[in-house]
Amino acid sequence: MTPADLLGGVILAAAVLYALLGGADFGAGIWDLLAGGPRKKEQRALIEEAIGPIWEANHVWLILIVVLLFTAFPPAFAAITIALFVPLMLLLVGIVLRGAAFTFRTYDAPEDRVQARWGLVFSGSSVVAPLTLGVIVGALASGNLGAAARGEAPFAWAAPFPLAVGAFAAALFAYVAAAYLAVEAGGALREDFRRRAIGAGVAVFLTAALSAALSWREAPLVFAGLTRRGWSIPLHLATGAAAITAFAALYRGQVRLARAAAVAQVTLIVLGWGASQYPYLVVPDHTLASASAPRATQVPVLWALAAGAVLLFPALYLLFRVFKGERPFAILDRDRPR
Amino acid sequence: MTDLLAARALFGTSLAFHIVFAAVGVAMPLFMVLAEWRWRRTGSEVHLELARRWAKGTAILFAVGAVSGTVISFELGLLWPRFMQFAGPIIGMPFSLEGFAFFAEAIFLGIYLYGWGRVGPRLHLAAGWVVAASGATSAFFVTLANVWMNVPAGFELGAGGVAAGAAGIDPFVAMFPPGWQHQVIHVLISCYAATGFAVAGIHAFMLLRERDNPFHRAALRIAFGVGAVAALLQPVSGDFSARQIATTQPVKLAALEGHFRTERGAPLRIGGIPDEERRETRFALEIPYGLSLLAFHDPHAEVRGLEAFPRDRWPNTLLVHLAFQVMVGLGSIMALLAATWAVLRVRGREPGRWLLRALVAASPFGFLALEAGWLVTEWGRQPFTVWGVLRTADSVTPVTHLAVPFIGFMVLYVFLAVVVVALLWRQIAKSPRAVALGPGAGTAAEVRR
Repeated sequence: MTPADLLGGVILAAAVLYALLGGADFGAGIWDLLAGGPRKKEQRALIEEAIGPIWEANHVWLILIVVLLFTAFPPAFAAITIALFVPLMLLLVGIVLRGAAFTFRTYDAPEDRVQARWGLVFSGSSVVAPLTLGVIVGALASGNLGAAARGEAPFAWAAPFPLAVGAFAAALFAYVAAAYLAVEAGGALREDFRRRAIGAGVAVFLTAALSAALSWREAPLVFAGLTRRGWSIPLHLATGAAAITAFAALYRGQVRLARAAAVAQVTLIVLGWGASQYPYLVVPDHTLASASAPRATQVPVLWALAAGAVLLFPALYLLFRVFKGERPFAILDRDRPR
Repeated sequence: MTDLLAARALFGTSLAFHIVFAAVGVAMPLFMVLAEWRWRRTGSEVHLELARRWAKGTAILFAVGAVSGTVISFELGLLWPRFMQFAGPIIGMPFSLEGFAFFAEAIFLGIYLYGWGRVGPRLHLAAGWVVAASGATSAFFVTLANVWMNVPAGFELGAGGVAAGAAGIDPFVAMFPPGWQHQVIHVLISCYAATGFAVAGIHAFMLLRERDNPFHRAALRIAFGVGAVAALLQPVSGDFSARQIATTQPVKLAALEGHFRTERGAPLRIGGIPDEERRETRFALEIPYGLSLLAFHDPHAEVRGLEAFPRDRWPNTLLVHLAFQVMVGLGSIMALLAATWAVLRVRGREPGRWLLRALVAASPFGFLALEAGWLVTEWGRQPFTVWGVLRTADSVTPVTHLAVPFIGFMVLYVFLAVVVVALLWRQIAKSPRAVALGPGAGTAAEVRR
C-alpha cells in the first residue's frame, strides 16, 4: 500500500461522504422542485429544516477532494480542469446559486411570491449541480479525454455515457434524500417521502441500466469492472441486496432500515466506480502512481488528514446529534423511540 | 480581450468579490459572540438582540463566502492549471489544513445559527467562539499560500525547470517562507478593521437618526471597539511589513514606493505618478530620508530602485504605486478616527454628531483599503504567479474563449452583491427602535461602566 493508494482511498471515501451528505442536500433541492400534492408547503418546510444547519458542512467534502487532488495528484488535477472546463464551470454556477438562493430564501421577505422565486433558483440549481457532477464523473471514467486534456476538444464530455451518468447521479441523490426525509418526517408527510423514495429508486435502477449499457461502447474500463473483474459479481450481489432491502423496507414502512440500506447502496455504487477505475484517476492518461506528487508531499498530507479527522468526526457527530435527533444514524425501527 | 487577460480578470474579480465575504467571515463571528457573551454575563437584553441580529447577517454573508470560496478553489485549476500542477504539491499543506478549519467553521456556525434554544447556553457560546477562531485560522492558512507565491521556498528546480516539477520539496519550509509573519498579521488585522468600520458605519448611521437607541450604541461599541483597536495596530503592522518586504521582495517595495534609482537616504514619495519611460515618479510629495527610515529604520540605508532589476521583472509600477497610496491613505484616516474614539472613550464620553458622521463616511474605507492592499501584493508580484519561478503567461490554461465565463461570472457577482445589500438593508431596517426596547433597556448597566 503506497501513500498514493492511501490518498486515493481517502479521496474515494470523501467522494462517498460527499454523495451521502452533499448529494442528499442536492437531492432535497430536487424534491423542493418536485414538491406537490396537498402537503406541498409542508414538504418544502421539512426540506428547509432538514438541510439548513448542515449543508455548508456537507459541502466541504467537495473542497477536500479538490485540495487533495491538486496537492497529491497535480498532473491529474490539471488534466481534469482543462478537459472538463465547461462542465466544471457549470457545476460552479450550480453550487453558487444553490447555496446563495437557499440562504436568501431563509432571510428574505416571507411573502409567497418572494419565497417562490428563490425556491425556484434553489431547486433549479439543485438539479443542475448533480447533473454536471455526474457528467464529470462519467467523462473521467470514459477514457475519451486525451485530446480534451490538451485543450483541443472542450466538448468531449457531451457524449451519451457521461450524460447518462449525470441523470443517474441526479436520481441517486434524489433517492437518498427521500430516504432521509422519510425518517425525519412524521405522519402523512412521511408517506409522501416514502413513496417518493420508491419512485426515485426505480429511476436509479433505470438510469443505472442505461449507463451500464452505454459503458459497453463508451467506457470499456467501467464495463469491465461491472462484468469481468473478480470482485464484480460479489459487488453486484451486495449492491443488489442493499437495493432490495431498501425497497422492501420502504414498502413495509420501516424507514430507518430503508435509510441504512439506501446508504449502503450508494456507498457500494461509489466504491464500485472507484474500484473499476483503479488504478486510473483520469482514464487512460493518469494513474494514482503516474500522477503522484513526491513522497515528501504525500506522507505529511496523510498525517495532516489523520490529525484533522480526529477533530472533524466528533464535531460532525455533534452536528448531526443536535439536528437529527437522539439516534441520528439509527438502523432499527423501534415502535416508540425512547 | 486576450485569454490571458480574461483569465486574470476572471480570477481577480472572483477574489475581489470573495475577499469581502472572507474578511467578514473572520471578524463578524467575533462581534456576534462578544455580544452574546455580554448578554450571558450581564443579562442585558439589548446584547441578546444584537447577537441574534448579527448572526442573521453573518449567515447571509457566510453562505455567499462559502460558495464564492468554492469558486476560487476550482478556478485555481480551471484558470491556472500549470501553476497548480507545479505549486500544488508544495503549498498543498496550508490548503489541506485550511480545509479542516473551514469544516470546523461550517459545522459550528450551523450549530450556532440553528442552535438557539436547541443546545445548552455553554455549548452555544462555545460554538460561537469556535466559529470566530476557525475563521481566523482559515485566513491564516490561505494567506500562507499567498506568501509562498510572493517568496517561494521549500523546493528546488532541476535542469528541466518548472515543466519537470519541483524536487526536494519540504512542505513545512514552503508553508513558512521568509517574511510570512508580516503578511499573515497584516491580513488578519485588516479583516477586523474593515469589518469593524463597515458595521460601525451602519450603526452610526442609525444613531444619527435616533441618538439614544441603546441597541445601536451597544453595537457601535463592540464593532468599533474591535475595528478601532485593529485600525490602530495596522500602521505598526504596516511598518513591520515594509521592513520585511524591503529584504524579501525588494522589487515590490521599489514599485509600490515608485522608487526607480538605487540610492542612500531615499525619500518617501507620497502620491505622484510613476513614469516607467522616464524612470521617475512625478508630482510626488517627497519626504527626505523617509523611505530609508521606514524600510530599514536608518536614514542613510541604501534602498534598491527598480533599475537594479531587469526590466522584464517589473510589475506595472503605476498601478502598484497608486493602489499602495490608496491603502496607506485610507488606513491613516482610519487610524485617526480610531484615535479620536479612543480619546473620547478614555474620557468616558459618547461619540458626538460629527464623529458619527465621520464614521458613516469612513464605513467603506476598511474594505477599500483591504482591496487596495490585496491589489498591491498581487499586481506587485506580476509578471509572475510564483515570483521569479513561474510567469503568469505560462500558468494560464490552454482553454480558449475565456471572456465567456468572465462575463458570465461578472453578471453573477453583480446579481449576488445587489441581493446581499438588499437583504442586509432589510435586516437593518427592522432593527429595534429605542421605544420598543423600553425605557433604560440595557443602558443602566452600561452607564455604570
